[in-house]
Amino acid sequence: MASIELKNITKIFRDAKRKRDLLAIDDVSLTVERNQFLCLLGSSGCGKSTLLNMIAGFEKPTGGSVTVGGKPVDGPGADRGMVFQQANLMPWLPVWENVAFHLRLKGWRKADRRAAAQEYIDMVGLQGFENHYPAELSGGMSQRVGIARALLLNPQVILMDEPFAALDAQTKMDMQEELVAIWQKQRCTIVFVTHSVDEALVLGTQVAVLTSRPGRVRELIDLDLPRPRDITGQQFNDHKRHILNLIREEGMQQRREAKADPVPAGRQGAAA
Amino acid sequence: MTALWKSWERAVVPLFILVAWEIVSRSGLLPAALLPPPTVVLHAWGDWVFGFDETAQGNSGRWLADALSSAVRVAAGYGIAAVSGILLGIAIGWWRWVERTVEPTIQMLRPVPPVSWIPLAIIWFGIANKPAIFLVFLGAFFPVLMNTIHGVKTADRNLIRAASMMGATEQQLLRHVVFPAALPSIFAGLRIGIGAAWMLTVTAEMVAVKSGLGYVLWDSYYFLRYDLVLASMASIGLLGYATDGLIKLLMSAALHWQHGSTLQSREG
Ligand SMILES: Nc1ncnc2c1ncn2[C@@H]1O[C@H](COP(=O)(O)OP(=O)(O)OP(=O)(O)O)[C@@H](O)[C@H]1O
Ligand SMILES: [Mg+2]
Repeated sequence: MASIELKNITKIFRDAKRKRDLLAIDDVSLTVERNQFLCLLGSSGCGKSTLLNMIAGFEKPTGGSVTVGGKPVDGPGADRGMVFQQANLMPWLPVWENVAFHLRLKGWRKADRRAAAQEYIDMVGLQGFENHYPAELSGGMSQRVGIARALLLNPQVILMDEPFAALDAQTKMDMQEELVAIWQKQRCTIVFVTHSVDEALVLGTQVAVLTSRPGRVRELIDLDLPRPRDITGQQFNDHKRHILNLIREEGMQQRREAKADPVPAGRQGAAA
Repeated sequence: MTALWKSWERAVVPLFILVAWEIVSRSGLLPAALLPPPTVVLHAWGDWVFGFDETAQGNSGRWLADALSSAVRVAAGYGIAAVSGILLGIAIGWWRWVERTVEPTIQMLRPVPPVSWIPLAIIWFGIANKPAIFLVFLGAFFPVLMNTIHGVKTADRNLIRAASMMGATEQQLLRHVVFPAALPSIFAGLRIGIGAAWMLTVTAEMVAVKSGLGYVLWDSYYFLRYDLVLASMASIGLLGYATDGLIKLLMSAALHWQHGSTLQSREG
């Protein structure tokens, strides 16, 4: 059974101030089967976060439909855990309370919440920081709290918006390994937004390459590389070359269009 | 050494003022009755508190009762203002329809000075505690309300998203996200409000009540007892300072998570 289904999604942002509309997503259809790890790959501003927000239920598509587990999405819910681009932790709660926030909402007792949080704090390697406040954490540590918080929901679907973008190379590699291990253990479906080709190839079972403004799916690539992924291997590099070529073509096409028509294609929308 | 100096730091300015005042009023520049020196004020104040030599005449030994009746009015009016200001402020900040229906009325009432309500307060509530409590309420309510609205409106939308991702209902969002996010702002309002509360208790007591520090102040003025007038003023100042300190204490306990992340926590 398909876990996530996007059918002919379009998204137009109404820009009241500048009196014009922005076509952010244009006719995207994607199906993510259960236990898949889909990476959305695209340049900055191409609509990756917007797409993820529509699956999460924070934004409504202007056209088309989103279903998760067969049910249409009509708002955010704990069946879809999200790891945000910024960690978005409650600054007034210590790390463990942030991780266990969902249980607080469910009315669990403090001792039970504390015990439940510990498992996920250990999982993301934050032992010893349980009682720290978000202001006392580094960017990477905050991001890990955000991941632990999403994992604790034990959701069928985890949505991740460039969660490792702010991390150093070493931490990033550790976290990527950790994430793959968690995904294999928890058997959940992950949609992972990134603008790094390497990251997409290290993590995903599928990579969707998006075009920029408006966002469309340029190509959906299935990866059947063995894990752990060998980033110097022949197959890996073939995929990488192919994707980089797509991105280069895309860039050239954009520049040609920009020359022919000073207003970028998607921007015309319903200009007033 | 520095620790000793730190503990004296806040006493320097008041001490300087007291000494200068003593010198000026003993120099005969003004008639002594018009500006009694601090020592005389302190004497009268001492008798007002402890009742040792009847310097304060009818008020001798009655300070605690006077202070208490003012404090009770402040507590009652301020308590009502704080609770209703926070609740209404959250409602106005959160629901657009509440803002549209209630806010214009509030904004029209806000510029009306609380003092101008005195005639109506007396007609409605008579001469006793109630008009004073009503006035205190008016004075503290608006700062608490305005700051709460501001705090709610500037709450981080992303935190609300994070909480609703974890399945928060609207009521839970208000309680677990919006309220704590607005708390720094709410406390700013509470601190402005406590100042207004003392001002208005005293005003009310001067006009509409027959007890309390404000009443003693006005009464002593009629009897030309400027030493007691000054002692009342000092008492009000001290109690205001103490209650503000109490709220500050409460604030640093409630906002301890801000330590190290804001300018307010800077050493120096
Ligand atoms: N709430 C909004 N109102 C108006 N325009 C928006 C809004 N959110 C996003 N956009 C526009 O939609 C486009 C896509 O934004 P989005 O945040 O999805 O990009 P992204 O692919 O996540 O970029 P990045 O990699 O930089 O995070 C951008 O051009 C942005 O300006
Ligand atoms: Mg983004």
